Amino acid sequence: MSLVTSHFVPVLLWTDALIFMLLIVSLAAVWWIRRHAHLRAPWAAVARRPMAMGAALVLAVFVAIGLLDSLHYRERLDDSPPDRPQYSVEVLSVFDALAGRLRTQQEKTYSAPLAMHLYAKEFTERGGATVRDYPRLKYGGAHLKQADEYGPDIVRRILVGLLQGLAGSLLLFGLLAAWQARHERMRLGGWLSAWATGHLGWPGRTVVIVLTLMLILGAVMARLAAGYHVFGTDKVGQDVLYISLKSIRTGLVIGTLTTLVTLPLAIVLGIAAGYFRGWVDDVIQYVYTVLNSIPGVLLIAAAVLIVQVAIEAHPDLFDTAAARADVRLLALCVIMGVTSWTSLARLLRGESLKLRTLDYVEAARAFGVSHARIISRHIFPNVFHLVLIAIVLDFSGLVLAEAVLSYVGVGVDPAMYSWGNMINGARLELAREPVVWWQLGAAFVFMFTLVLAANLFADGVRDAFDPRLEERR
Amino acid sequence: MFAYVLRRLLYAIPILIGVNLLTFALFFVVNTPDDMARLQLGAKHVTPEAIERWKVEHGYDKPLLLNTRATGSAQLTDTLFFQRSAAMFAFQFGKGDDGRDIGNEIRTRMGPSLAIALPVFVIGLLVNITFALLMVFFRATYLDLWGVVLCVVLMSISGLFYIIAGQYFIAKLWNLLPISGYAGGIHGLKFILLPVLVSVVAGIGSGSRWYRTIFLEEIGKDYVRTARAKGLSEIRVLFRHVLKNGMIPILTGAVVVLPLLFMGSLITESFFGIPGLGSYTIDAIQAQDFSVVRAMVFLGSFLYIVGLILTDISYSWVDPRVRLQ
Repeated sequence: MSLVTSHFVPVLLWTDALIFMLLIVSLAAVWWIRRHAHLRAPWAAVARRPMAMGAALVLAVFVAIGLLDSLHYRERLDDSPPDRPQYSVEVLSVFDALAGRLRTQQEKTYSAPLAMHLYAKEFTERGGATVRDYPRLKYGGAHLKQADEYGPDIVRRILVGLLQGLAGSLLLFGLLAAWQARHERMRLGGWLSAWATGHLGWPGRTVVIVLTLMLILGAVMARLAAGYHVFGTDKVGQDVLYISLKSIRTGLVIGTLTTLVTLPLAIVLGIAAGYFRGWVDDVIQYVYTVLNSIPGVLLIAAAVLIVQVAIEAHPDLFDTAAARADVRLLALCVIMGVTSWTSLARLLRGESLKLRTLDYVEAARAFGVSHARIISRHIFPNVFHLVLIAIVLDFSGLVLAEAVLSYVGVGVDPAMYSWGNMINGARLELAREPVVWWQLGAAFVFMFTLVLAANLFADGVRDAFDPRLEERR
Repeated sequence: MFAYVLRRLLYAIPILIGVNLLTFALFFVVNTPDDMARLQLGAKHVTPEAIERWKVEHGYDKPLLLNTRATGSAQLTDTLFFQRSAAMFAFQFGKGDDGRDIGNEIRTRMGPSLAIALPVFVIGLLVNITFALLMVFFRATYLDLWGVVLCVVLMSISGLFYIIAGQYFIAKLWNLLPISGYAGGIHGLKFILLPVLVSVVAGIGSGSRWYRTIFLEEIGKDYVRTARAKGLSEIRVLFRHVLKNGMIPILTGAVVVLPLLFMGSLITESFFGIPGLGSYTIDAIQAQDFSVVRAMVFLGSFLYIVGLILTDISYSWVDPRVRLQ
């Protein structure tokens, strides 16, 4: 009997499974919110804020890349027999497949952004004599025959990218205008003037401007990346743009999965402490004071060192290096979650303490409604805005924390793509002459964009959900 | 007051015991001395004899909780728990893997840590309050709006980049200050300036934004409206009333970190080569020196609890309505 063999086998890493679980939960939440007017209202308020919407678009691009990078598979080795297929130990993702040349075109060592020559001089044979010169790159600018074609080629690529981005944006804008004008039963001219004056009811101008900028940037990058290394190459000659893009997933995983660990702990313990009071409160308060009193980095460091020992003691549990790095990433999320639930729990405890004395809760208790039902019907929905605000506010802090922890040596696996590892690896290269700045620069640009977008979005969510802020205006 | 402080100090003991038990569990039960020895020896040299020798050399060759081979009280005292964990309550931290006395190291390294952390704390507080007051003064104008946006932008930059940029531009490119190093006394000033400057700038974003919300909350209160109604100028309202009352949450919030200043900052000290407690900790983590990490965990939680008690006292001190009983 011959087995059906395919060219690849899907690989589901632990973090992949959790990410897709999170995705399903979020989609279900969106569906649920859309059906309930009182839940929809604050989100509609978020959608009316230009900053928040612009930031959400940028976040969406990051999330899309992160999700594509979470669909993992292993390729079948060409020389393996068809009836007993063997698969490569390298775990790839759909993103890798899309990135194609970006991943495979590896140079010898450092090269500057958009360079056609290597960073270091080498002895090469030229016309019978050995000369010491900067050798041409294997891939970057390899399509150019003469050095003087370089300038025009770059300009041409940028212009083409610019035009493509603009065209794409115009097309999208046209479709959007046509669709919305039809939907709102407006004339196209009326819609355009409403758009231009900002009277659409949603931040149309910001959305279009951000979309256009992103499309142009994406198109220019794609044009340039087809012939050059846009952000240069690193020490082993790998494309820095590729590394930066791969790091997005790591950042997102840390920012979201950590919260996944934090939430159940904070919600259950926080509400229980505030609602039941008495000895439950005492015990929970004791636990979080103990955890809080230990300096965060040290607790994380201690736990990560221990996980590291455990992973090193059982090498047989992981069939690929990726699976090993993945377990360490997951462990980091769990550890950060376990050490960071205290502040939210304290907040929820205080709020539950207040809520439990309110008349409708007293009435429910007088009617003999069970504790579980009171908490789920009356307490939890009234503290949920705090939970949501905490989720979005914590995200950016967690992404930044990854860089610091990786620098300390207790972050993600050193072999994993992450901005922290990029900074760590590139930090000493600033002492070189000429300076190797592009790795740091790329890590900075990507991290800054993600964190800034997350912060701006979080501000929008907080303003829309926090009832106290509403009163002040 | 005295009775209150005493009670809080007594309450701190179970918390320290909790910290102690937790670190003991993490470092000795989950991660046994055998694992530690394996890690330190490296994969090539692991033999049962080598592990035993390492444990004897570093004093890990005792039972965890109960020594059945000893007699009398030594059954309890001649154990890892008593000698390694319980001894910390007497601030007996033992020796690190490099053979140096940890308590001694802590004493000598506290100075450099404070030399950086204290100026950062004071200058940072002043700078942030100034920026926050400026934004509040121009509230609801474009200056305020863009001030907040600038704060968010500054907040979104990783602390590592502030340090790297500061070292690269100020020290390497413009040669204004030394890149890293430390010296005691007045000659040390040039080494301190750059880390202090970088740390203050790195904190401006989140700090001023936070203080701005505090001041804004204060400015919406009734007494401020009364003050304006009786004809006080906006400047006077801001400085005499809003600043004074806004300082209560700011100062009490700052008090909790005051004792922790002794611990220094891990990243700053490590980048700038300051021989303080922060770089000591980071070196210990990187060398996987568990006894030093444990000592720092205990010291950190002790200082945090001191900070909590100081916070309570400062509440009653700045706000006469709060009484400690």
